[in-house]
Amino acid sequence: MTTSTPPVAQHPGPAAQGGSQRSAASRFWRALTKTTTGQVYLALIAILVICWAVVAIKGSNLLTIDSITDMLIRSVALGIVAAGQTLVIIGMSLDLSVAWVISLTSIVAAVVMDGSNGNIVPGILAVLAVGAAIGLANGLIITKLRVNPFIATLGVALIIQSIIESNWDGVVEGVAKGFENSLGYSEIGPLPIAVLLLAAVYLAVWFLLRYTRFGHQLYAVGGSEEVSKLSGVRTHRVLITAHVICAVCAAITGLYLASRLGAGSPLVGTDGGYDLESIAAVVLGGTYLLGGRGSVLGTLAGVFILAILDSTFNALEVNAFAKDVVRGVIIIVAVAAYSFRAKGRRVRKIGAGPAATGNAPQTQTQGANA
Amino acid sequence: MSTSAAPVPEGPSGVGEGAPSALQRVFGALRAIPVVWYLTIVLWVWIAAINPLFAEPSGFLAYLKQAAPLAILAAGAFFVLASGEFDLSVGSLVTVCVVVAAAISDGDPSKTWPVIALLFVIGLIVGLINGVVTTIFRVPSFITTLAMLLILDGAVWLYTSGSPKGALADNFREIGRMGIEVPVIDQLPYSVIILVAIGAFSAWLMRRHFGRQVLAVGDNDRAAALSGINVTRVRITAFVLSALSAVIAGILLGGFAGVTAQVGQGLEFEAITAAVLGGTVLGGGRGSVINAMAGALALTALFSWLNLQGVSGAFEDAVEGVIIIAAVAVASYRLREGS
Repeated sequence: MTTSTPPVAQHPGPAAQGGSQRSAASRFWRALTKTTTGQVYLALIAILVICWAVVAIKGSNLLTIDSITDMLIRSVALGIVAAGQTLVIIGMSLDLSVAWVISLTSIVAAVVMDGSNGNIVPGILAVLAVGAAIGLANGLIITKLRVNPFIATLGVALIIQSIIESNWDGVVEGVAKGFENSLGYSEIGPLPIAVLLLAAVYLAVWFLLRYTRFGHQLYAVGGSEEVSKLSGVRTHRVLITAHVICAVCAAITGLYLASRLGAGSPLVGTDGGYDLESIAAVVLGGTYLLGGRGSVLGTLAGVFILAILDSTFNALEVNAFAKDVVRGVIIIVAVAAYSFRAKGRRVRKIGAGPAATGNAPQTQTQGANA
Repeated sequence: MSTSAAPVPEGPSGVGEGAPSALQRVFGALRAIPVVWYLTIVLWVWIAAINPLFAEPSGFLAYLKQAAPLAILAAGAFFVLASGEFDLSVGSLVTVCVVVAAAISDGDPSKTWPVIALLFVIGLIVGLINGVVTTIFRVPSFITTLAMLLILDGAVWLYTSGSPKGALADNFREIGRMGIEVPVIDQLPYSVIILVAIGAFSAWLMRRHFGRQVLAVGDNDRAAALSGINVTRVRITAFVLSALSAVIAGILLGGFAGVTAQVGQGLEFEAITAAVLGGTVLGGGRGSVINAMAGALALTALFSWLNLQGVSGAFEDAVEGVIIIAAVAVASYRLREGS
């Protein structure tokens, strides 16, 4: 702390217009280096530079406008699900049903729109309603029936799967052309509309977590459901809301994928592996899998990291299966790096605490080593 | 259900302290039996009522033979779950075992035993990596084993480039398919013997120090560490046991399933489901390995029952989903009532 103050003092020069004592630039620098989310973004930049260099050696360019747009578009589908997944994971829950929700809602969109532009709005509303209903079911099963989230959402996923498989066995045509052209492929200025949708979802979830009572209560519930209940939080309501938002996010992804494909597909969700992949993105973004800590902006970085890796593998023409192997290794290494730092912090805190109680630190270090 | 709920309030309130009536004691004993056994027995009776063959030794043994791989996986999953972790890599490890065995032995019976030894070595390595990365590098096991799943699946596809080569030798396949000829019951399948042996071994393990340590670690790893348990070693051992159970399941499954790159698909979730159906608490600290294995028996019986009911494959998943949620809901209700 004290060592980092002197360099900070030099920053106010250029940023003095900011007005406050601690300049915006120095605050930004602190946020970048001292918070988990900041470090995730540093990692993102490092990975981008490394991948760019590796691809450049191969003689092509990772950072053309086209390929950046491509990466962004590829991030949209995973990004939106992952935003919702972040919420439930912060609340110490989990949603394994998102992949099937995506498939189901892509089909619902196709069925309700039925090829006519006039049905776009009912189609969108139907999709969001289906998503909300599934999220409500997940939330109620987890809170009221006290079924572990892993089992509850897995069970719901099985139920959705059989609904899909017993009704549709192939691509479902019917997504309105107007919808396909607007959400799927149109652009505002240089930015595809889908990217704006992604930004809007992240902005909304970020706002929810940071500025609303729901967001603060969600962190509390994830940190300790017992304690937050005792301090008057309606824990069930908070968790159910988180699950509804998560499933609605999955439904939006389903809608987006339907617009890209121009059809609904029973396998679009599971083929994309959105269930496990979204959890990987959340954890890669520095959110604590056991709840109570995390940020949705970190998740966005996690999604971008996965997209950059994907694009790099494509540019290098890596075998599709080797890709999985490398990606698995990278996820492990990244998460190991985070938790190593978290461990360092924790040990320091523990060391500072029981120092007064004499020999306690010795047992603590033993515990940490064990 | 409603009648058995009646004595509940009396237990804690101390009324039963004097002399519980015989009826109350019977109800008490019945309540102590985990839900999974009721479910299993109801399904067995129901299946036998529809299909009398099931009640005969050969029919029942055929069912056990079919259930053996999942039950063995459930035992492995139990150790990991009870210690507070997850293992999502067992399904892909099963696939690796079948594919590697087929590619290396390529139908040559003399290579069967060396290949089996190799599979156990692979399992040991995978389990050690899972355990070490989770405990020493402190990566959540959900992520570790998920990445291991990606890595193993990728490796299988890379190794086989999509279509597995080779074939399993006949004596390799016999382990999963054949058995010892026994007078009364016709044939005692090897897989049932292995199943019973593993059940006995697991139950024995849970009664030893290791078993108690697993539950202590799963309940509260900090407290366990402070009271002198080597948490790292207990968890790594649990992961190794889980991986070895996947190897055994892979060897058995190789016998009756073909050599494909999908043999193990989804087994990780089924094993966890079975363990949870058997009352294992996700997050650790509670459960019994025998009940976890019973969960696998119930799940397999459920599938046969659904088949007999003429339920289509697609609808089967929905019923499975509902039953799992219901079983866990009932179990957690009873847990709350009991404590």
